[in-house]
Amino acid sequence: MSGVAPGARTRTAPVATLVLLAGAVYCLVPVVWVLVASSKSPRELFTSFTFAPGTGLWDNVSTLSTYGDGQFWRWGVNSLIYAGGGALASTLVSAMAGYGLAKFAFRGREVLFGFILAGVLVPGIVLAIPQYLLLAEVGLAGTYWSVLLPTVINPFGIFLCRVFAQAAVPTETLEAARVDGSGEVRIFATIVLPMMTQGLVTVFLLQFVGIWNNFLLPFIMLSDQDKYPMTLGLYSFLAKGAGDTDLYPLIIVGSALSILPLIALLLALQRFWRADLLAGGLKG
Amino acid sequence: MTTDQATALPPGTRSVGGARRDPAPPRRARRARRRLVPWFFVAPAVAFFVAFLLVPIGYALYLSFRGLRVEGSGAYGRRVEGFIGLDNYTAVFTDAEFLAGFGRLLGYGLIAVPCVLGLALLFALLLDTPRVRFAGFARTAIFLPYAVPGVIASLLWGFLYLPSTSPVSHLARELGGGPLDMLSYPTLYFSLANIALWSGVGFNMIIIYTSLRSIPSEIYEAARIDGASERTIALRIKVPLVAPALVLTGLFSIIGTIQLYSEPATLRPITTTISSTWVPLMKIYQEAFMNDNLGGAAAASVVLAVGTLLVSLVVLRFFQRRTFGGDA
Repeated sequence: MSGVAPGARTRTAPVATLVLLAGAVYCLVPVVWVLVASSKSPRELFTSFTFAPGTGLWDNVSTLSTYGDGQFWRWGVNSLIYAGGGALASTLVSAMAGYGLAKFAFRGREVLFGFILAGVLVPGIVLAIPQYLLLAEVGLAGTYWSVLLPTVINPFGIFLCRVFAQAAVPTETLEAARVDGSGEVRIFATIVLPMMTQGLVTVFLLQFVGIWNNFLLPFIMLSDQDKYPMTLGLYSFLAKGAGDTDLYPLIIVGSALSILPLIALLLALQRFWRADLLAGGLKG
Repeated sequence: MTTDQATALPPGTRSVGGARRDPAPPRRARRARRRLVPWFFVAPAVAFFVAFLLVPIGYALYLSFRGLRVEGSGAYGRRVEGFIGLDNYTAVFTDAEFLAGFGRLLGYGLIAVPCVLGLALLFALLLDTPRVRFAGFARTAIFLPYAVPGVIASLLWGFLYLPSTSPVSHLARELGGGPLDMLSYPTLYFSLANIALWSGVGFNMIIIYTSLRSIPSEIYEAARIDGASERTIALRIKVPLVAPALVLTGLFSIIGTIQLYSEPATLRPITTTISSTWVPLMKIYQEAFMNDNLGGAAAASVVLAVGTLLVSLVVLRFFQRRTFGGDA
């Protein structure tokens, strides 16, 4: 691929290629397994060879869809609400803060930035219990808000947005727009945000995947099964079905269905993914 | 500046500018308004930071000094909720189960973190080697598990470990052996570390790889002319240059390890080896919601958070000095 200088020897590097392919196989095996296993009927699951496809895919999907009044699809929609809404709000808040910290000199900026940096190191999960107690005080525990609101603040996202605003938004452009009489909000919305798009997609993706994968926060906040996200719902299946192997096919097909959209999203947005932003972060 | 701008200004700043409708506001008001603009942009973040970070931390600290204490004396003593000083902290540090949880976390982390970082670095270096085939495919495939939630990853691997559905056990049975137990000691540590490796190696690989790509290739040319092998170039030139990315990924891996929860919690229903208090966070959850011991849970959370912070700072300090050499 890239990095091959024209005219260099065309011989391939066999060992390196083999090791990489081994890594790829290792990473794909569980995904392939869950796709294959979701096609197996309950009986086939425990009798046929692991990677032999079965005949029960459609049965599994329809059993899952009707199980508990179609809870599964509801969990999917909930996950979308939590991850989509939370990541969108979080990206906007981070973009504003990152821009404010990068492009304005004001008293208290360094202190504020220090707090944000320290926030990156606070394990978010440790906060979940006090957050639950506080949200219970104001009557929000157990609601959609209890899972959405805590995910809006993302110190690492703010940090990344600051790095990106510094690099991608030229101060001269801002000055020119101000001389033209544009308001600060308009400058932000029409000039700054478009310039930061790539960085914002990265921040959005990171937060989206983070919320989608989050388990402990909804686990602590929610008691009503109808509000569960996908991860929690499938966990509750396993917790219920540990002794009941009839539930295994449902858990497996549910897992398969739940990872497909995220894999699709990741592949689709791969070209927007700016990992150099993450890599460069520490130097800043 | 015109009134046009004043109406376009954010609500937070209007209190100064919007009150004056005259076309040319005095300089002082304009300056004050300019001063408020950055605060308008950081205000939402500050509000959420205070509400969902600072206040919960403060509340956890407050709770950690409170608990049930006996009022009065003898048989008539009444237990009331109140300030009990450092009792919760003493309890945390003398609680055998909590400390054992840290021990298990350490055992798991000592396997997981070096494996994740080592393999991520290896894959990144191989991707960056000239004449490698299928690099694009391998990169995408290895990154793919990043999209799989920890709970789902644990479910997948759980089924692959479980004797009745595991391909390894299937093969072992075909060969006349018994089922393999991958969910008891000491294999359990490796089984859990394997889930972390599978989930984390791709993300870390991408960060290191991107950092490798940003090194100008002229640096390698001189070494190649001098006859250095690709391996020498990788170890002597590339690894030191991506050290900052390694520190970043290492730091995140350590923070992630301390927060280990969903993997053992997900595997718990299918194995009796994992107790309900297997790692510190599980113990904290148990104390808070099963045993109604909020003070104890809060104190344990504070210990965990402070521990994370200390480890992070030590790692950063230590490596920053080494990575950035003399200019520190």
